[in-house]
Amino acid sequence: MSGDTIFTALTEEHGGDARWAFGTGFTDALAGVDTTLPAGVDGGDLALYCQMLGDDALVQAQRLVEWVTDAPELEEEVALANIALDLLGQARLLLARAGQADGTGRDEDAFAYRRGPTEFRNVHLAEAPRGDFARAVVTLLALSSSRLALFARLTDSKDPVLAAIAAKAVNELAYHREYAVSWTLRLGDGTPYSRERTAEAVAAVWPLTGELFATHSVEARLAGQGVGVDPATVRDEVHAVLARVLVEATLDAPAPFPESATAGRDGRHTELLAPLLDELQKVAREHPEATW
Amino acid sequence: MSTVTAQETPPGADLEHQAEFDAKVAADQRIEPRDWMPEAYRRTLVRQVSQHAHSEIIGMQPEGDWIASAPSLRRKAILLAKVQDEAGHGLYLYAAAETLGVDRADLTERLIEGRQKYSSIFNYPSLTFADVGVIGWLVDGAAICNQVPLCRSSFGPYSRAMVRICKEESFHQRQGYELLMRMMEGTEGQRRMVQDAVDRWWWPSLMMFGPPDAESPNTRQSMAWRIKRDTNDDLRQKFVDMSVPQAEKLGVTLPDPELAWNGERGHYDFGEPDWVEFKQVVSGAGPKNAERVARRRAAHEKGAWVREAATAYARKHQSAEEATV
Repeated sequence: MSGDTIFTALTEEHGGDARWAFGTGFTDALAGVDTTLPAGVDGGDLALYCQMLGDDALVQAQRLVEWVTDAPELEEEVALANIALDLLGQARLLLARAGQADGTGRDEDAFAYRRGPTEFRNVHLAEAPRGDFARAVVTLLALSSSRLALFARLTDSKDPVLAAIAAKAVNELAYHREYAVSWTLRLGDGTPYSRERTAEAVAAVWPLTGELFATHSVEARLAGQGVGVDPATVRDEVHAVLARVLVEATLDAPAPFPESATAGRDGRHTELLAPLLDELQKVAREHPEATW
Repeated sequence: MSTVTAQETPPGADLEHQAEFDAKVAADQRIEPRDWMPEAYRRTLVRQVSQHAHSEIIGMQPEGDWIASAPSLRRKAILLAKVQDEAGHGLYLYAAAETLGVDRADLTERLIEGRQKYSSIFNYPSLTFADVGVIGWLVDGAAICNQVPLCRSSFGPYSRAMVRICKEESFHQRQGYELLMRMMEGTEGQRRMVQDAVDRWWWPSLMMFGPPDAESPNTRQSMAWRIKRDTNDDLRQKFVDMSVPQAEKLGVTLPDPELAWNGERGHYDFGEPDWVEFKQVVSGAGPKNAERVARRRAAHEKGAWVREAATAYARKHQSAEEATV
């Protein structure tokens, strides 16, 4: 390899050449996918639904990024960054779809940077504090298991864009779940101390799991049209997965998921979301006219 | 130059090995981990490769601080991918160091106890988002300038790690430069941010090549061993020559009044970096030395119970497997 080539390449024109960053979702995952709205589907509903799924991913990614330079081992830095990157990629596609669906043409950044906390539609578990590594693992286990179950069904969505996004995401989510499972087993069945930390993490996460399966009216309507998935329909399947993992990890068999009403899906959040968004949005808001 | 060999004359039986080693190095062949090598060569490489690994890991911090606040989702994804690459580079390099008979856990201890150094550039703060671009352009640019010749290092595992790392670093540099181009086309405030970041990072970038040749006692030996292929001053000159036209294209001013084309030499003349500051930062008194190491140490210590759990789990399941065999 010649060093000169690298340096001269820098000031050459690259046109549409986007090869300069790997893994950042530059290749259009939706190339060739029909973006017109399916007949009979309310654009406003679809936009809200995409925000729900997109905000879950964006807010969870933002929390996961807190582990970068702070993980127990370099391999975990790489893995958690990778998971965050996947979720960020999903969020970008979903938020862009929201802007198409509601007819405003807003782009992904308009949704990420120019909405306040009450306009975010993520579940509370996504914004919950990162806690220790056990808490991060159990949170990831719950979120990736429920999201995988939803997205596996969304691959059949009548909205071709949602179906394409889901088809890309299921492989990613299967890896996220596998990662969370492998660490739940190690921590649960590791040392007495790690077992205790993991049991505490389960106790902290469990009250927030009910909301993952609470049905919002938008979800119910879109599920009826074959576009969305009612999260209540994956409740038992996800519980069975988590129960198997926790028991295998020598932890107590979990209680049923608590009954819960929707909260984050309606824009009602804990006090933790506003500071998370302040950090996410601060540079963009300081320079409203800027392009990046 | 190729007539210079190990400074320590080996006794009796090692003479033959030494001659073989010297011949291989002189013929630009690779020394592999199982090959005989002079102890001083091994020691120097362990130091060089582990310091390089530490630099990748500590180098995640100044940019990592901006992932959460990156002003667009595209920039956030790029930066996250970049910082993730750096952790990956650290991993390959620790693996390359381990082929020399050292243990990664021990190298990590040496880093967090401040017994081994890393590139002093990472002891400067990253104050605005423009720093992300300038770190990519200048700091990664200087790193590439240093590292591309190391793809021909005489030590096989290091040279192979460098090939992969240099490819990724060149993407990193381009993303930095592309961010700066975009910012320079933006608002007046963005242009000021870029110039300010260039002003702060230019001199530390020049210092990345190490002290002047006259004060770099190890250079001659390392070049003889072909674990270093160019002198500090030659690399620094190459970097300046490459960076000036890039700065012009970008529309920023490099903060050196002595910078001027010298037609006779066919190179840019440039001013002397502040070597007093360099020595201070290298010896631990830079603006961020204590914080960078403390953060790595805190992560390592906080994570001890997690690593212990993984070890305990592996041991249990290994003995369970053995019991069933």
